[in-house]
Amino acid sequence: MANVEKDALTGTETTGHSWDGIQELNTPLPKWWLYTFYACIIWAVGYWVVYPAWPSLSDYTKGVIGYSSRAEHAKEMEAVKASRSEWLGKFEEANVSDIVKDSQLLNYAMAGGRALFNENCAPCHGAGGQGAPGFPVLADDDWLWGGTLESIEQSVRFGIRSGHEEERVNEMPKYGVDGLITKEEMAAVADYVIGGLQGDGAGKTVFAEQCAACHGEDGHGLPEMGGPNLSDGIWLFGAGKDAVLAQLNSPKHGVMPAWQGRLDDVSIKQVSIYVHSLGGGQ
Amino acid sequence: MKHEIFEKNVILLAIGILLTISIGGLVQIVPLYTMEQTIEKVDGIRPYSPLELAGRNIYIREGCYNCHSQMVRPFRDEAERYGHYSLAAESMYDHPFQWGSKRTGPDLARVGGKYSNDWHVAHLIDPRSVVPESIMPPYAFLAKRELSFDDAADHMKTLRIVGVPYSDEQIATAKEDLRIQGMGEAGGDVEAFLARYPKAKIGSFDGDAKKTTEMDALVAYLQMLGTLVDFTNVDPETLYR
Ligand code: HEC
Ligand code: HEC
Ligand code: HEC
Repeated sequence: MANVEKDALTGTETTGHSWDGIQELNTPLPKWWLYTFYACIIWAVGYWVVYPAWPSLSDYTKGVIGYSSRAEHAKEMEAVKASRSEWLGKFEEANVSDIVKDSQLLNYAMAGGRALFNENCAPCHGAGGQGAPGFPVLADDDWLWGGTLESIEQSVRFGIRSGHEEERVNEMPKYGVDGLITKEEMAAVADYVIGGLQGDGAGKTVFAEQCAACHGEDGHGLPEMGGPNLSDGIWLFGAGKDAVLAQLNSPKHGVMPAWQGRLDDVSIKQVSIYVHSLGGGQ
Repeated sequence: MKHEIFEKNVILLAIGILLTISIGGLVQIVPLYTMEQTIEKVDGIRPYSPLELAGRNIYIREGCYNCHSQMVRPFRDEAERYGHYSLAAESMYDHPFQWGSKRTGPDLARVGGKYSNDWHVAHLIDPRSVVPESIMPPYAFLAKRELSFDDAADHMKTLRIVGVPYSDEQIATAKEDLRIQGMGEAGGDVEAFLARYPKAKIGSFDGDAKKTTEMDALVAYLQMLGTLVDFTNVDPETLYR
């Protein structure tokens, strides 16, 4: 090129363009940059050959090593399972009450159970199972559906009003909305309940006729019916007469999802054992 | 100085640009024609019911995707936390898809069925009432805003233009389907609805059966996410890509 000029100051070639006396330098790309760029191009070509890369009209190029991220993932999950197989096998065969007798298995269960609980259960039951309004405390010995290892496992596996075929379910009648008892009877039985289930008034009669079937004759609860203990001052839906009247009028019912299908068998056993250990297991 | 030839010749420059753009274009367009091979063939995928679709629109409107992805990747940690990796088939009727790229909160691709409706409502009204350390913003107003029924069919027609196979029947019954899914028997023929949208969850999601709110719609959407494919019936090898 004939009109190549060199910049006097830097010695770099110019493009020959000049605006208002300002000249454009034609600084070459740094060599390290240029060669890295070429290397990347060569790398890309190699990548196309080795890995799945190009779509064709009916398929895609599979690459010479036949890599598939999903197959790789499946392989990894298999390997994890195999590395745990020694004690996973024991968990699969044993039932929960046998697992807790073996101190080593119990340790596994507690460690796994804690992680599972924090991810899956804590949003409802609170960290450490301390509960929230409408979501029962799991760290005390007040159980709605029973606090033995087996009952806890059943609650977790099939859920409560979860829609699963083997769900735990029981619904308290809508005494107020459906007009099953009078306003006076409602007030009397509510007083009786918040008064600690003592005395011989109208409230006691209504309780024996209407409520005992699910909450027990003494009001101490019937775990097989899911009827909570009404005498222990622990309330799922709030303390006080208004809360009891609201429950009588149009009862609330807690829903707990079924974990069968979402968690595997071993995980369900582990998390059940963890819950049992939180403080109130029977 | 070899590019000088392009700089000084308009025709050559135009040809050069055309060539470059068409390579870029082909790389993006050709895969669209081979998509059939990319999407796994699994049973159970159906278009969104009108209520779920309304919920999805609210999800997009409120920008939930800024903090939540909907894409479980085929990694061990994700499988152990969220469940089976997401399939292309599971977002084939999403326009636009909600894969997202930011996880301030957890992935939601498999959140359906993980919680109860009550929990979702309590959580959306005030996330810190159930998860004390949560930084998710509250969306209490959704429970007060009645859902607009009038544009349901229009949304479905629009999606049909871009390839979602809504039938004429589904579009005609859009309003009725909103009522049925939000209030059950009181809204109409539940069985016919379930034939149109298998596995759809029915009921008053926010606990107030009298009106269908934006909260109902959003919870209906969250409760169906990732629940359509029954993976116990899928041969994993058919999914390998
Ligand atoms: C969507 C919220 C939610 C999630 C998540 C949840 N639970 Fe529950 N759970 C509940 C509710 C609500 C009840 C009470 C049901 C009732 O009112 O009868 C309950 C009850 C229980 C019970 C029975 C308590 C009793 O007193 O008999 C156990 C045990 C239990 N949950 C364990 C778990 C475990 C373990 C997990 C995690 C794998 C879990 N829950 C996840 C909401 C939830
Ligand atoms: C058919 C069974 C059944 C009958 C009859 C019944 N209940 Fe209940 N009740 C339940 C169940 C089940 C629950 C718990 C709901 C839940 O776990 O979500 C409950 C909950 C309650 C609660 C709330 C407890 C709490 O911890 O917040 C009160 C209060 C109550 N019942 C009072 C009564 C009274 C008073 C009567 C009689 C007039 C009565 N129930 C009759 C089944 C029954
Ligand atoms: C600022 C970021 C942010 C935004 C915006 C946001 N979230 Fe969240 N979300 C979070 C965080 C953080 C969590 C985890 C803590 C918690 O459970 O609240 C979460 C948790 C959740 C969960 C529970 C997931 C699980 O598996 O435990 C759901 C469901 C959810 N968000 C739905 C939504 C919806 C629907 C919207 C839009 C209306 C939304 N989020 C908007 C940050 C956000």
